Amino acid sequence: MVIKGRVHKLGKDVNTDDIIAAKYLDSQDSKFLGSKCMENIDPQFSKRVKKGDIIVAGENFGCGSSREHAPVAIKGCGISLVIAKSFARIFFRNAINIGLPIIELTDIEKIKTGNLLKVDLAKGLIINKRKNENFSTKSFPQFLQKIIAKGGLINWLKDKKGDKNV
Amino acid sequence: MGLTLIEKILKKKSINKRLDNFIYAKIDFCFGNDITAPLAAKIFEKAKFNSVYNPRKVGFFCDHFVPARDQKAANNVKKLKEFAKKFKIKNFYDTNTCGIEHVFLPEKGLVKTGDLVIGADSHTCTYGALGAASFGIGSTDLAAAIKEGTCWFRKPETIKFVYSGKIPQWFTGKDLILYTIGKIGVSGALYKVMEFGGPVIRALGMEDRFTICNMAIEAGAQTGIIEPDKKTVKFIKKVNPRIKKVPLIKSDKDANYYKVMKFDISLLKPQIACPHLPSNVVDVDKLKKVSLDQVVIGSCTNGRLKDLGQAAEALKGKTIKKGLRAIVIPGSHKVYGQAFKKGYLDIFHKAGFMVSPPTCGPCLGGHTGILDKGEVALATTNRNFIGRMGHPESFVYLSNPAVAAASSITGKITHPAEIVKKVPMDERRRMKGRRRLSS
Repeated sequence: MVIKGRVHKLGKDVNTDDIIAAKYLDSQDSKFLGSKCMENIDPQFSKRVKKGDIIVAGENFGCGSSREHAPVAIKGCGISLVIAKSFARIFFRNAINIGLPIIELTDIEKIKTGNLLKVDLAKGLIINKRKNENFSTKSFPQFLQKIIAKGGLINWLKDKKGDKNV
Repeated sequence: MGLTLIEKILKKKSINKRLDNFIYAKIDFCFGNDITAPLAAKIFEKAKFNSVYNPRKVGFFCDHFVPARDQKAANNVKKLKEFAKKFKIKNFYDTNTCGIEHVFLPEKGLVKTGDLVIGADSHTCTYGALGAASFGIGSTDLAAAIKEGTCWFRKPETIKFVYSGKIPQWFTGKDLILYTIGKIGVSGALYKVMEFGGPVIRALGMEDRFTICNMAIEAGAQTGIIEPDKKTVKFIKKVNPRIKKVPLIKSDKDANYYKVMKFDISLLKPQIACPHLPSNVVDVDKLKKVSLDQVVIGSCTNGRLKDLGQAAEALKGKTIKKGLRAIVIPGSHKVYGQAFKKGYLDIFHKAGFMVSPPTCGPCLGGHTGILDKGEVALATTNRNFIGRMGHPESFVYLSNPAVAAASSITGKITHPAEIVKKVPMDERRRMKGRRRLSS
């Protein structure tokens, strides 16, 4: 899959309360949650995001609570991919489980807000069109790629019965 | 090469009995609450699942927005109740019967030593205090586990934390974990398991141990864990008299640790985490000038009987600062009843505290104690992120219960020793029995 989108750059330790404030957690509606995405730290965020845009962030993205509402909100506001130096563990698994593409990349400093990125998820290749720079990323272990390829945990679970490796 | 405690449990529970990088394991219990489980139920239904692997191993605990703060919250509880009824899940607990999940599950005997437990709540790591492997997961994970009784894990590496020295006065499990997070940072144990050990951990009781493991997630850890000992056995047998033997699983002597970190706590003071990260930790004395609008005592971190008892000792015979809002939230119905019988609630009431029903409430900015712009709170909760307790421009400091109680009297962040000149009996007993603990 190839994703093209503009970058919204965020800092490190972006926590789940930043991504979606707890007061909205009584909703399970992705559009509504998306409209409140990043409200605590940037009230205009969801209005600025255009469908297909990309979040680029520092280390420990999604730290804090287990709320799956966080990746749901990110997806719901139109973000197509999150690139971060590292992800907090539960956010990481939630993103994989619901089929929100994520990439770990150490070298995020050169990517700025507004840059247009072209990302080939299968090859692990990121092209920054503005600066004509390429970054290659380490691909995820095979077992995670299987879940990602199925579009999330539920589909993987439904199909895995024939898979002898698990 | 030997194995760490967590590796032993994961290996035993993994379907292929191996410790691969990707572990697919059978779980002993899975659960969610009134905000994560309704999403799991929605995913479950959307997937057209129509059976539950074992209704006795599934639980729903309504604690975040209950007693229902509004109609939407009420609807979520109702949806869960209906789901539980449909699939014969007996472990459905509404506001009258449980309390905060991580206080309630251990006291109800739903988690045992050596169990593999997953919960759709990040503070599920609390049960590591019982020597269980317990992991916070998301709603899709929960939906899959309700259906299949399984979950995937990445093989964790373990960091061992060893604490020795004399336990300082008014220094609790909360201070120990805040100090540790202050040292390693909020991503200091990312993807790792934190194993807490050493003579100080062995000297601390179960309630302090729950508090310590509860906040492992605040350092990014997969979970926290403590080797079971006599105290664990006593606790487990008390809450679950049918259990005759508690397995004393330990890490092997030649286990492979990612890192071992040693701390001497003898000279430490009660610790405070300043806004807006749990790792912004300083000594309590450094914040004497911080004026407070609100004090909250409670949460899955510090809402147990001992926590309320420590706060009550510091408050006894005194009243809170005029104009301050002070809220105490017993962690469960059992704790509420015990605190009532012991006279703690009377002390809180006379001091001017409002006694809340058990709920997560203000800890996550849900209800019953939301902050407005510019307001400052001192809370015994676990997170102080931007907007965590309400307005994005409010401020949350984290402390132990005695510090919170002392501070409610002065209206500023205060060391309990400044308020309690005569050391209370409980504390004196603790000090008398205290000797230098070294490994």
